[in-house]
Amino acid sequence: MTGSILFQAIVFLAGAIICVSIAKRLGLSSVLGYLLAGVLIGPYVLGFIGESGQDILHFAEFGVVVMLFLIGLEIDPMNFWKMRKTILGMGGIQVTMTMLLSYALFLFLGFEWKVSLVFSMAVALSSTAIALQTIKEKGLMQTTFGTSSFSVLLFQDIIVIFMLGAIPLLSRTETGVVENHSEHANLLDNLPLGFQTLAIILSVALIIVAGRFLIVPMLRKVAKTGVRELLIAAAFLIVFGISFLMEYVGLSPALGAFLGGVVLSNSEFKHELESTLEPFKSLLLGLFFMAVGASINFLVIAESPLTIGGLLIVIILLKALVLFITGHIFKLKLDQKILFTFSLAQIGEFAFVLLSFAFNLNILDRDQMDMMLVITALTMTLTPIIGMINERLVLPKIGTKESIQRPMDHIAKSQKIILVGFGHFGNTVGRFLRSHGVETTILDHDSNRVDFLRKMGFEVYYGDATRLDLLESAGIAEAKILICAIDNPDATRKITNIVKSNYPHVELMIRVKDRYEAYELLNMGIDNIYRETLETSLTLAKDVLSKMGFRKYTLNRQAHKFIQYDESILRRLAKEPKDEKNYIFKARQELEQQEKFLNKDLERGIVAYDQHWDSEAIRETLQNNEENT
Amino acid sequence: MKKILILFSHPKFESSRANTALVYPIKDKAGVTFHDLYEHYPDFHIDVPAEKELLKQHDVIIWHHPLYWFSCPPLMKQWMDMVLEYNWAYGPKGNALESKICLNVITAGGSRDLYCSAGTNTYSVNEFLRPFEQTVKLCRMAFLPPYAVMGTYRLKNEELLQHGRQYMALIDLLQGNVAIDDLKGYAFLNDIPQLKMD
Repeated sequence: MTGSILFQAIVFLAGAIICVSIAKRLGLSSVLGYLLAGVLIGPYVLGFIGESGQDILHFAEFGVVVMLFLIGLEIDPMNFWKMRKTILGMGGIQVTMTMLLSYALFLFLGFEWKVSLVFSMAVALSSTAIALQTIKEKGLMQTTFGTSSFSVLLFQDIIVIFMLGAIPLLSRTETGVVENHSEHANLLDNLPLGFQTLAIILSVALIIVAGRFLIVPMLRKVAKTGVRELLIAAAFLIVFGISFLMEYVGLSPALGAFLGGVVLSNSEFKHELESTLEPFKSLLLGLFFMAVGASINFLVIAESPLTIGGLLIVIILLKALVLFITGHIFKLKLDQKILFTFSLAQIGEFAFVLLSFAFNLNILDRDQMDMMLVITALTMTLTPIIGMINERLVLPKIGTKESIQRPMDHIAKSQKIILVGFGHFGNTVGRFLRSHGVETTILDHDSNRVDFLRKMGFEVYYGDATRLDLLESAGIAEAKILICAIDNPDATRKITNIVKSNYPHVELMIRVKDRYEAYELLNMGIDNIYRETLETSLTLAKDVLSKMGFRKYTLNRQAHKFIQYDESILRRLAKEPKDEKNYIFKARQELEQQEKFLNKDLERGIVAYDQHWDSEAIRETLQNNEENT
Repeated sequence: MKKILILFSHPKFESSRANTALVYPIKDKAGVTFHDLYEHYPDFHIDVPAEKELLKQHDVIIWHHPLYWFSCPPLMKQWMDMVLEYNWAYGPKGNALESKICLNVITAGGSRDLYCSAGTNTYSVNEFLRPFEQTVKLCRMAFLPPYAVMGTYRLKNEELLQHGRQYMALIDLLQGNVAIDDLKGYAFLNDIPQLKMD
């Protein structure tokens, strides 16, 4: 019965739901919940899944691919190019130092040099899945710690290709010809080295060109059909296609997916793709973590608990030390450095691939592989726990030191603003903001208009903003303000509702058509309401009065007063029931009052007391003052 | 404790180093109302009743502004024109401000020695502030000598921060029970012994 797919699915899903919700309730990261669920349903506790754990691991690695695609989507090529120094520098230092130190360690422990070398390769890599998932969950992607971690992980993703290429050489030097029964055999193995490199460069170029000229036009066509599931299908087609191509030429699919993401990050479908793939990514990653948990071989631990425990601690300390030094060289602040140190101190999922590959080539024996696999899984399990200790006990004692006197940095241009609707109204709003260096994330659901505006040089994204998931991938969680500039009252109401109930911290600023739409939104608790016709009609009225002989400054003041009174009337009338009789009565009262006030204000400008500057009273005041002093 | 109202007028606050250093330390101080006029009335439409109410609630009024063309920025003049109404602030029944204390806190690009009969500006700062002095007199308030940060372009950040601390000390002094007559004898409040900088 345990073989049935349905039963396995039930076990995994139930395990995830129970463990992750418990972990979340306890304030722990979801990664830890998944890992524990894996241990629980794995062969050594409840035994629901047995040998199939490894297969699931392979399948679930696809979650990492989707995650890197999504990360790529968030990095535009310019930024990627700017990051090259950190990627090469930090990544290079981290990988080289870790490899050297751990190679020495394993030699010292009496392992053969080839075994030590393979082990050191495995140890040098950290877990993209765990580290990035945790960083994103905590919203730290934009901090120096976030970008540093990301750079190092990216470098590791690239270097792993060379490692996989180097391992077969190790076996060849020993036995001459080895029967290669690896699953990693691919198209290029039989080609000379020059052609391999060429093929790799070509396939990378292919991704870039296809992104521009194939994928984006395809997505446009799909968007025009208006069928939502076609977009989901298209998103997966892209990721599957890239992964297939990459595996075909022997590159890491994760790396290819990342590149694909970067290429598409400038397209209008960025947020649409993000919101489509996000839930699948999370589930697949969850599956991946559970598979890791299930693959911990407790028999191996039971055989030599001291060796494994000792190695586990030494490896984590060694990795942490190297990371700390790397952070130091790159001048990270203390709190950032400590986060960086602990979040990457585990051995990553690539170790599974490297180790089983080396085992297949007879470089490692089964005991050696099992031991390292267990250590890898354990370090991954420990990461969230270490992170938690760090967060609760270490970091609060450090804290970032605020510098005194931080003058004008409250105009933070990094604060996120989302602008929904880029017609004539939104367009003006966006242009004015942009001319002050404030970039907004613009969403519009008319794919023709998006296309047109992009050609005019505006960075507009396609998507229906009444969908919460789209707003989420546009970054509503970190947004400070959402501007709603659409002219459809139903959609406006929908957006207002979902933002208010899901992200109450986001300030809503809303265009409304008229008084009645304004009432409705006021009653929904929205304060920033902009009637689209108010100011224009007043400007016209002012010009009429000016032509009739009123002075312009006076009119300006009066118009200002008019708006003030009108706004407060609007707020009072909003509360009144809208049945005709009562409403008309109240409204009439208010309007009469407004006219009276405006007349009074008009007189206020007249200096009725000019003669008082020479009056007796003033003279007396001044005289009294003289006497007092 | 006396309540202090700072009427701050600066049309380009965001690029003034001197006023940044002066304002940030005291802006949220207890018993101090920092009222940023250019932020409140960006289009010069001053809400007169609200301003009058604010004045009523405070004992010390500080006009905090840069010295532009030997006077205050236009919004502050507009404030004076609009708010100080006849028979409220002055005139036979105008005693709303009676016996409050009033002073200017100013920043100026020129240094103090330019402002004298021998310097390029011919008159002293105190002479240029005469219109304010007379206004205060007419409103039956007590006028104190100005607190001035001068030669701002040449002041280093450290010196500006020191002025910030000195302004804070001045406000402490005004909140307490300092004898007003002791302060009147000085040309600048910067020179009173309680605020001497090292």
